Amino acid sequence: MLTIERALVDQIVAHARADHPDEACGVVTGPAGEDRPVRFVPMTNAERSPTFYKFDATELLKLDREVDDRDEEIVIVYHSHTATEAYPSRTDVSYSSYAPDAHYVLVSTRDENEVEFRSYRIVGGDYDGNGRVGAEVVEEEVVIVEPGSAPANR
Amino acid sequence: MAIEVRIPTILRNLTDGQKAVEGKGGTLDELFGDLDARHPGLRDRLVDDKGLRKFVNVYLNDEDVRFLGGLTAEVSDGDSVTILPAVAGG
Repeated sequence: MLTIERALVDQIVAHARADHPDEACGVVTGPAGEDRPVRFVPMTNAERSPTFYKFDATELLKLDREVDDRDEEIVIVYHSHTATEAYPSRTDVSYSSYAPDAHYVLVSTRDENEVEFRSYRIVGGDYDGNGRVGAEVVEEEVVIVEPGSAPANR
Repeated sequence: MAIEVRIPTILRNLTDGQKAVEGKGGTLDELFGDLDARHPGLRDRLVDDKGLRKFVNVYLNDEDVRFLGGLTAEVSDGDSVTILPAVAGG
């Protein structure tokens, strides 16, 4: 289960809408070991493509250092699909080795009026150099916490 | 002195869990060869027959080595190399 504040959901969706028709991508970090999304960090999609995304390499290094220095973890890796449903593609699974245990949030911007916001875990598999192979995609419930309400415990 | 190489989580099974290892060489290619002698399999995760693997980012002192000549990039004692898997998908 992913528990996330409404404001973070809104930021992720706004980023996806802003970059449409290209895919948008980024992370939400949080205190190490707590599995709690706190800090929204949008990334540049170096591919600037409607069908592919790749974190800008320089931004990724900066992010990696920050997460280390602040004693954080990558809680969420998010990206958008601009013409298809919010479900991880085969390539999404292949290139999930940086933060293998994160929540993978998919947003679809294919419908102008309706928001699709879904979350998955990518479980198991091995990194063989080309990508992560043999991993399984498991959808999880998303619990959105409204401002002012107590955060739910996992 | 040696060259420090920071290893991403996903490859630490090849370095006995170590976050950073040390190696030597005059180029990135030689450095990876040197590391592979002590951490067998590491080079194969980073390099294929065409050069650096496409979905691995390697940085030399915080600069993407793709802008420094890739495997031919010159390295020397005191340098720091960071390896990070690309975050990507479709």
